[in-house]
Amino acid sequence: MGPTLRDGAIVPGPVNSSKDLPRGVHDLQSPGSYRVMREDDGEIFGWAVGPGSWKNEYFPPSQVMWRSEIVGDTLVFRQPDRSHALLAIVGARPCDVAALRILDHVLEEGVHRDSRYSERRDSNFIAVVECASPADTCFCASMKSGPGIDEDFDVALTELNDELGHRFIARIGSPRGADVLSSVSTRPANELDLEARALLLETASRAMSRSLPFDEVANLLARNVEHPRWLDVAERCLSCGNCTSVCPTCFCSDVHDTTDTSGAIERRRTWSSCFDLEHSYLHGGSVHESSSSRYRQWMTHKLSTWWDQFDSTGCVGCGRCIVWCPVGIDITEEVAAIAAHDQARVAVPSRPGAS
Amino acid sequence: MSKAMRDLVEVHPFMTSMNEESIELVSGCARNAVFAPGSLLCAEGGDADTFYLLRRGQVSISVHIPGRGSVVIETVGAGDVVGWSWLVPPYRWTFDARAMDDVGCIAIDGACLRVKALTDPSLGFALLSKVSVTLLERLQATRMRLLDLYGDHRVQ
Amino acid sequence: MRPSSVAPRGNLNDLTPIVHRVVERIGETNDITTLVLEPLDAPSMTFRCGQFNMLSAFGVGEIAISMSSAPGEGTLRHSIRDVGAVSHALCQSRVGDLVGVRGPFGSDWLVESASVEADLDPRDTIVVAGGIGLAPLRGAVEELVRANERGGGRVFVLVGAREPSQIVFRADLDSWRARGAKVSLTVDLATPEWDGRVGLVTTLLADAGFDATNSRAMLCGPEVMMRFTARALVDLGMDPEGILVSLERNMQCGVGWCGHCQLGPFLLCRDGPVVPYAGLVSQLLTQRER
Repeated sequence: MGPTLRDGAIVPGPVNSSKDLPRGVHDLQSPGSYRVMREDDGEIFGWAVGPGSWKNEYFPPSQVMWRSEIVGDTLVFRQPDRSHALLAIVGARPCDVAALRILDHVLEEGVHRDSRYSERRDSNFIAVVECASPADTCFCASMKSGPGIDEDFDVALTELNDELGHRFIARIGSPRGADVLSSVSTRPANELDLEARALLLETASRAMSRSLPFDEVANLLARNVEHPRWLDVAERCLSCGNCTSVCPTCFCSDVHDTTDTSGAIERRRTWSSCFDLEHSYLHGGSVHESSSSRYRQWMTHKLSTWWDQFDSTGCVGCGRCIVWCPVGIDITEEVAAIAAHDQARVAVPSRPGAS
Repeated sequence: MSKAMRDLVEVHPFMTSMNEESIELVSGCARNAVFAPGSLLCAEGGDADTFYLLRRGQVSISVHIPGRGSVVIETVGAGDVVGWSWLVPPYRWTFDARAMDDVGCIAIDGACLRVKALTDPSLGFALLSKVSVTLLERLQATRMRLLDLYGDHRVQ
Repeated sequence: MRPSSVAPRGNLNDLTPIVHRVVERIGETNDITTLVLEPLDAPSMTFRCGQFNMLSAFGVGEIAISMSSAPGEGTLRHSIRDVGAVSHALCQSRVGDLVGVRGPFGSDWLVESASVEADLDPRDTIVVAGGIGLAPLRGAVEELVRANERGGGRVFVLVGAREPSQIVFRADLDSWRARGAKVSLTVDLATPEWDGRVGLVTTLLADAGFDATNSRAMLCGPEVMMRFTARALVDLGMDPEGILVSLERNMQCGVGWCGHCQLGPFLLCRDGPVVPYAGLVSQLLTQRER
């Protein structure tokens, strides 16, 4: 699988050859806006990210956990079919890989291990492509998840298209990566190639105008729970949940049972969103009744309490939430607004904000 | 007023942080009282000229409702005060206060104390300050009970 | 549902419950039922007081319910209040019905089993329960009373309920009182036959007879009741680190995957439901969610 152009957006899809990849496609992204354009430059990865992320392949939007039925006088549990095709992804982004790393903490290191998630993670092949053309909405550099990447891949590619030609630098990250590359025609990278890569990453980093204060944001939000900005953003937020749909690390889900008249039961786990009113249902009502309460929950979880719960940040700086918000709410702008009038009202024990 | 009475008055929680002079004045209007189980300390509608510093036993605050009998709203015990209406016009008790067991207390002549407070503003202020604290606590507790926290509050 | 046996079950990692049978059903009040459960073909569960299970009413759904048995009792008991579809189905269960159980999950009241030859905590323990809040505390109180019988600190059990008919576990309350615990009850609404205290459960603190500066507390009940009681205890001089509260939020998976049970930095299925009142929790409890 890899990035494919479909319905005017770059989304994950089946890829059988390089012809299926979005050659010559570039994207233009800003708050609440996403466009693709075609150029004749032959670049395959001259775009940033699209709305979909690779989360779907490992943690499907709807998944049967188990089924049961009554056979005669016996209650029988049946596990769903666990077989799955081996997955190879060509064209994941460093922020996508960072997001999967974050989901690993949530789904593999809890009380139970999501074994189907693990099986897919253990058996996949990832060829990640470093970013040359970040969008205006990208801020992975400040979240330490891009535009380059140095671990957790089988092969890492960097696309170079300059006076020395159109070529890819490939770095090997695993024995399987080495194996796959051995069947591709390569030459050793030289000084110029490596310098070109360094320059590309440097340029990409500096091109990102947006950022978050990685070391401070967790504590900043923790001490500003009563900041007036939460009411301000609530005037704009529709609680539509688009941000949670496109976010590569959001994992909230509902667990529910359905049954039929024969007594057969199916338990499913289905993606949900903290912007749903029912998400925080308790004793006849919702704890997070207002949209300001829900927005605050989402943002403080993603950037602050995720550290307490999973010992890492929840955000990779992909900017999808900014692009796909219908009213263009920008998480980096909201943080800056809070920081500009830091209320520092609540004295909290200092939390880990950096590694 | 005997020294024994003054000693009893002084140690009651209602009197803490009151000055010597106020304690003297209050003790001058005080006498010992006991109530057998079931007897009334205050009767609804009666003239509220006395209030009680409870030293021993439990007292129920109740209101009589036709068809429901005497409904207990609250119970108070040693260290509490019963009877506030002596301080506020029209000086009439709004509830019954009934001894639940053997009650020992200090009965204070409220009418007498009212007269003294008019001529001695600092005594008046001290009494009102103490009364306010307890009234606030009771109000907060009552408001909490209004929330019906143990009830089922699902939207039907 | 009434099948009499269960085929080898699935993978706990897929949230498959362990099937139990209802062996006893006790109607505690008009809306609280206690179920005593035994596993069909699995060993009995070991757990610590304060933890919870996810109970499945097959075909209806699953909810989080704390154990109300003491670990040494040898039974698995849950007291359930009928407030929704799943709890209603569980409360309607009869002896012989099948119930699914997943667990034990979460944190506990940190009460050492009195049967363990360990140094007994000399501090007094103040247990304050509101309504059905006594259920998650029942096992802990039993352990504390046994510890006190062997020389550990005194036990104070302060119970508040809406009205006299809503007081649960009266037999246990009498038993604890008979074995040396100071048991005090109060109700919000009195009935003509009630000759006990009437008022908020916090009114039981002042004359209970404990030294707050040298005791610890365990609170369970409506969240508002817990935060007012905790504050009253701190005002009496108790160290906030010694106050434990049992918190509750929407729970669906019980294992930290679904994100529903978050309360600030806590995932209550994993870091709770029992948490210390000190520091962060006291602030979280007063944070207004408009």
